[in-house]
Amino acid sequence: MQIPGSGLAKGLVVTWRHLTKRSVTRQYPDEPPPLPPRSRGVIALLEENCTVCMLCARECPDWCIYIDSHKETVPATEPGARDRQRNVLDRFAIDFSLCMYCGICIEVCPFDALFWSPEFEYAELDIRDLTHERDRLRDWMWTVPPPPGHDPAAESPRELTTATAAAEPSAPAASPPPAASPPPSSPPPTSPPPASPPPASPPSPSGEPGSGR
Amino acid sequence: MNDAVEVALRLAGVLAAFLLLPLVVGQMEHKAMAHMQARLGPMYAGGFHGWAQLIADGVKFVQKENVVPGGADRVVFQLAPAVALIPYLIVLIVIPLGPGDLVGQSLDIGLFFVLAVMSVGVLGTLMAGWASANKYSLLGGLRTAAQLMAYELPMILAASSVAMAAGTLSLTGIVEEWRPSWLIWQLIGGLVFFVAGLAELQRPPFDMPVADSEIIFGAYTEYTGLRFALFLLAEYAGIVVLSALTAVLFLGGWKGPFDDQLGWLWTLVKTMLLAFVVIWARVSYPRLREDQLQKLAWAGLIPLALLQLAITGLVRVL
Repeated sequence: MQIPGSGLAKGLVVTWRHLTKRSVTRQYPDEPPPLPPRSRGVIALLEENCTVCMLCARECPDWCIYIDSHKETVPATEPGARDRQRNVLDRFAIDFSLCMYCGICIEVCPFDALFWSPEFEYAELDIRDLTHERDRLRDWMWTVPPPPGHDPAAESPRELTTATAAAEPSAPAASPPPAASPPPSSPPPTSPPPASPPPASPPSPSGEPGSGR
Repeated sequence: MNDAVEVALRLAGVLAAFLLLPLVVGQMEHKAMAHMQARLGPMYAGGFHGWAQLIADGVKFVQKENVVPGGADRVVFQLAPAVALIPYLIVLIVIPLGPGDLVGQSLDIGLFFVLAVMSVGVLGTLMAGWASANKYSLLGGLRTAAQLMAYELPMILAASSVAMAAGTLSLTGIVEEWRPSWLIWQLIGGLVFFVAGLAELQRPPFDMPVADSEIIFGAYTEYTGLRFALFLLAEYAGIVVLSALTAVLFLGGWKGPFDDQLGWLWTLVKTMLLAFVVIWARVSYPRLREDQLQKLAWAGLIPLALLQLAITGLVRVL
């Protein structure tokens, strides 16, 4: 049976607990928020890498990337060679009032000219100012962090697996089997070679070592 | 000549307490309520944890336009905040702070005086509700009236139990008669007095007269600027007066270790603790419904207060 009034006491206890605990509020403008790695704040442009291939502008779902360019002729350097043509970037702008931060432009860029930067404090009073021209996009480049390290529990990157499998001293004995018969028999004998990067291979449901090309 | 100076000094002290303590309670409400809700509360005004927030609020209120609605009864409308606020100032005069003569003005009928004047404060709300020419204000005023009717009775019954126990109506006399054993056999009376006082101040969870989700802000709906601030100040002054009165009547006022020198401190500490409880209850409990409020008063508090009276009578006779 419940004591009458115990609900009232419970209510008081709840508020008292909150009072004695430290508040988790962060004083945002005074104290920068801790952003997770790979935060999508703003898109930075490394214009030196841009070849005006237009892939980003074409893939953009809401068409918020504006690119203008012209062609320049590079005169031939050797006798008998032909003059070459080169694209020169005139304008590169991203309208962040349209951008939906999908990151497709960054994924699709074949020359690593676009990057995510975690900066997010670029609110404007006029919506037209949200269109960042190329110099402003270039300036964001200085805020791009180095790529984050590998997540602790993740599979090791494919490049690393293939490289270690190739460079491992025991590789000559072990490397032919995984390439030949990945799923069925490989786990027991091949456990030495890929063991060094991840200790996680025993279950090996995906046949991960064999998937290296 | 000397008497005049002394009276002036006492009144100045009472006025200082009247201006300072409600602000302290208000600031405590800001911060305690915020932390109870896992927030920080004001952090900027004044530099250190928002200590000057209420001063900033006051400045803001002063700057605002003072609107009187066209259909309002001008004089009554403009007078209402004063009627709500001044009774609490008058009550503070007779509440003893420490032993001996540390009181604004010692009255032999102090308890009677205090209860009579405190209920005048509610009239301010009634006036505001009636004079605003606004249906929500009127509803708020009606609710205030109903609440006043319901809660004045248990409050007075509980207070009279103390008067019976002490054999005097003087607040100073009551504290002198107070013994720690009162904490036990006046417990019911104390609770009834405190709860009924909360209801009379229209503090949550008894804030039906100003229930903002139902009737905007009740009787204060049409008020702006300084007059609105005065109503708010009256609410906090009411908390101070209720807490001080409960401390004096039921918790022994200045009684405590070293009460010859530190008596005033004990009164203040007890008052502030009770004010904290007022805030705590506000944060913890949702608002009662209008019928629940009436039921609590008539079916809960009044029988309890009568029971307390019976107990007090028995103990006094035996």
